[in-house]
Amino acid sequence: STTGACQAIQKLTRVRVVDNSALGNTPYHRPPKCIHVYNKTGVGKVGDKILLAIKGEKKKALIVGHKMPGPTMTPRFDSNNVVLIEDNGNPIGTRIKTPIPCTLRRREGEFSKVLAIARNFV
Amino acid sequence: RVSSDGKPPKFQPPPKPVIIDRKTQKEERRFLSPEFIPPRGRTAPLKYYIERKDMIQRRKVFNIPEFYVGHVLAVTTADPYASDKSKRFVGICIQRGGKGLGATFVLRNVIEDQGVEICYELYSPRIQAIEVLKLEKRLDENLMYLRDALPEYSTFDVNMKPVPRMDHEEIPVNKLQVRMKPKPWSKRWERPKYNIKGIKFELPEHKMKAAQKWSQPWLEFDMLREYDTSKIEAKIWKELSEELEK
Repeated sequence: STTGACQAIQKLTRVRVVDNSALGNTPYHRPPKCIHVYNKTGVGKVGDKILLAIKGEKKKALIVGHKMPGPTMTPRFDSNNVVLIEDNGNPIGTRIKTPIPCTLRRREGEFSKVLAIARNFV
Repeated sequence: RVSSDGKPPKFQPPPKPVIIDRKTQKEERRFLSPEFIPPRGRTAPLKYYIERKDMIQRRKVFNIPEFYVGHVLAVTTADPYASDKSKRFVGICIQRGGKGLGATFVLRNVIEDQGVEICYELYSPRIQAIEVLKLEKRLDENLMYLRDALPEYSTFDVNMKPVPRMDHEEIPVNKLQVRMKPKPWSKRWERPKYNIKGIKFELPEHKMKAAQKWSQPWLEFDMLREYDTSKIEAKIWKELSEELEK
């Protein structure tokens, strides 16, 4: 039996990779897990960078949605969604089908490339 | 007609016309939004009176339609970070909470296989329009179990056209029994504390019986928990209708 998914993202949470990169979509016997959150508190919310362990490799990723209810008027997703990213901020995949919250547009400078490949905004 | 006597037939007055007064029938059904009813407590009623005045002010400027849990709504909000500065979200209302100006409602929809829920504040100035697309009450007042139900029950087309309203009288109740994903669920919906009638439980009999162990049948007879709102509602309704006519 497995525990239910954690609400906000912290160390050892299983996440769902949402873009169409090869790393994120090839099946592996272990789900991708967060090993570090780049934040003063160890809790990651939408727009935070985390370190992911996927297929035996370490990769940075950006949180685009979590199960924890945030401020009113912001969307709450049914799964913890994450987009794989390089160290300089370039996304690895080429398309993001799942909806992304509009609040990420506030930090247009850092996430412009991720927002450019996103299709739907909620 | 020729009668047997030869005298003219007895005068029979014409049947009285039955007047169906549509206007009075409309007024019989009054809907008071649940956030107007003050919660039970020891706060001074002045606070709720002032809040109600602000709520009425907002309602005069912006029309908040009558809706219940289970309706499909489309909400347009103002967002500086969205293209065209406004955002439209369509979803089924699963919960209405909060009292006074902080009243909220949660809309749920499944977009591209991803379930999304947004909690909107009814009286927020960011909301530009609320349209009711489908009028339908459900068997429960809290549809949080849709999170553990199969995703087909929460999907609604974003470009759905508003279903025209038939009568100005009754809102139809949809007696849909929703099928769930396999357990584990986020909450144990089979327990009597949630009192859910809208799920088709496919659990074995012994599990349903075991869930009844947590039933608290004495709660409905508890007099200290009674909160009779009929008089309060009548007063608030009078106040509302007076203010809105001005």
